[in-house]
Amino acid sequence: MIETHHLSNAAVVLLLALAGALAWWLRRDPTWRALAARLWQQRRVPLFVVGLYLLIGMLDSITWIGGRPSGAPQADLVTQYQPRSVIDRLFPADFRERSYSAPLATTELSGDLPLRFPGAHLLGTDILGRDVLLQALKGVRIALLIGGFSGLIAVPLALGAGMSAGYYGRRVDDAVFFVVSTLSSIPTLLLLIALVMVLGRGTLQVCLALGVTSWVSIARIVRGETLKLRELDYIAAARALGAGDWRILSRHILPNLLHLVAITFVLLFSRLVLSEATLSWLGIGIDGSWGQMIDQARDELARDPIIWWNLSAAAAALFGLLLSVNLLGDAVRDALDPRTLRG
Amino acid sequence: MLAYLARRVAWSLATLFGVMLLLFALFFLVATPDDVARKALGDKAMPEAIAQWKANHGYDKPRVWNAAAPLDTMLVDHLRRLLTFDFGRSDADDTPIIDRLRAGLGPSLSLTVPLFLLGVLASIGLALTAAYLQGSWFDRSTLIACVLLMSVSLLLYIVAGQYVLGKVLRWFPISGFDPTPAVIARFLALPVLIGLAANTGQDTLFYRTLFLDERSREYVRTAYAKGCSPAQVMRRHVLRNTLIPILTDLVIEIPFLFTGAIVLESFFGIPGLGAMTVEAMQGNDFATLRVMVFIGSLLFIAGQLMTDIAYTLADPRVRLE
Repeated sequence: MIETHHLSNAAVVLLLALAGALAWWLRRDPTWRALAARLWQQRRVPLFVVGLYLLIGMLDSITWIGGRPSGAPQADLVTQYQPRSVIDRLFPADFRERSYSAPLATTELSGDLPLRFPGAHLLGTDILGRDVLLQALKGVRIALLIGGFSGLIAVPLALGAGMSAGYYGRRVDDAVFFVVSTLSSIPTLLLLIALVMVLGRGTLQVCLALGVTSWVSIARIVRGETLKLRELDYIAAARALGAGDWRILSRHILPNLLHLVAITFVLLFSRLVLSEATLSWLGIGIDGSWGQMIDQARDELARDPIIWWNLSAAAAALFGLLLSVNLLGDAVRDALDPRTLRG
Repeated sequence: MLAYLARRVAWSLATLFGVMLLLFALFFLVATPDDVARKALGDKAMPEAIAQWKANHGYDKPRVWNAAAPLDTMLVDHLRRLLTFDFGRSDADDTPIIDRLRAGLGPSLSLTVPLFLLGVLASIGLALTAAYLQGSWFDRSTLIACVLLMSVSLLLYIVAGQYVLGKVLRWFPISGFDPTPAVIARFLALPVLIGLAANTGQDTLFYRTLFLDERSREYVRTAYAKGCSPAQVMRRHVLRNTLIPILTDLVIEIPFLFTGAIVLESFFGIPGLGAMTVEAMQGNDFATLRVMVFIGSLLFIAGQLMTDIAYTLADPRVRLE
């Protein structure tokens, strides 16, 4: 019987296969080889950090039911019925306390009752006794999901609209430009709030809203570039040889837009993750995201003794990902496109 | 030129119409009046109560097509009310929306205007100095600081600022608002500081690139050749010519002054339009949210139109086209 966690496993395999195929396909191209070499030379640490995040996110996406019974009756209930990922399995099945405990503490924060797992919570626990390290690690998958999934909605939409507007011109261009200027004249955060409110709250809806609000700026860039490419001689040559519109668009224009797509995708990614965090603070984010962790930790700084570990863990995880992605994005932009996207 | 201006105005009106249609699609077709009524009254509301609520709030007409009277639909109502600024009453507490807009505008502007002006000064000043000293330690440390500032999320600034400056050092009140002129600055200082920290990084990087681009042009070399000092070149030639793209960038930000800094206001308890938007969202107040989105877009479109007209008047190349 197929269940949801099987689908998510299949999605991981599919994504890996796609990434492999893309790498294989681009392996011969000198531009992309130069990019890879440059990233390796100049941005080795950010590359490793992003790689680590990707690895954690992937390990957290592969889930299955079952596992060794642990002896504790509560833990066995969890292992029997809930799909758990590789990351979950690095920790005991019922890795919870009754409430807050400081990092590496052996007793509860309030009172002297001993913890169930003394000294095992490297980053402490939150108000419900959940392990903060585990939560922060599980946030990786959510962040990648937000950036990746919304990006996967936005980029094809932008490519389709921008390329057809730039290539066909006239009516198509007018229509696309109308939609683009309508959407971009609504302040982004307001549009996001309106979309999430109307569509409802949930991972899919939030990603959809983020995708809808972010494709517009990419479509503009793609349209401009397509307009330039359309006039070049090699396109005229292809047309003289009898190539149809579809063939010209897919074989001759799209490959020359890929560098733009790569740049905008990387730059978009960190913006998307930050936008989701903003939505979380407004109470309409995705469950389990770092934004939500930070939001929950907001009042804890006012407690005495203060609860700092919750906030620091989520903030550090978010900061690490965004800083590495921003640094990579900068290098990718410099390597692939010295001019177009500047200013 | 008149033909160009006419086309530009027509295009703005078309965009505004597009926004209104989009709002109608979202708030009347995707989320139906029944959904809205049920959110206001609860899931177990009686059908009669829902019908009554819809009648009270003007949600009881046919939505798009009314065979008996083609103009008596909610689509027509929606367009008419937005265009005449007859915004009606809130879905949540029945107060007139226009009153709440009036009440919220002052607090919003008192936060966003200083934030905007200080932000412009700080980012242009930093970017100009960094570009002037390109490659120096100042330039490099500005770059690094900007990337670091950009990578921290706004909420972290808010939490850390409220904790360190408000609670530990007790320099500023942690949150709150008091419109009397003597104390207003005390309450606004912290949100303005935090807003500056969150926005300045990106703007500075952008302006620095613009300045550097402009400085590599040939007329700049001419200016050097005729004996201008580097500082003169920077001030008279580079800064002046770069002001055009910078102004374009800034005009686009002006509408956000009016819609308020949504996150800052709601976290610092400033009763402005941004906080009102968040409240509307949390209270399922669709009518207010609809109006906020409309006003935000209206200001944006008006701002863009104004920039374009100003360009046309100022730039002979555009004027002649």
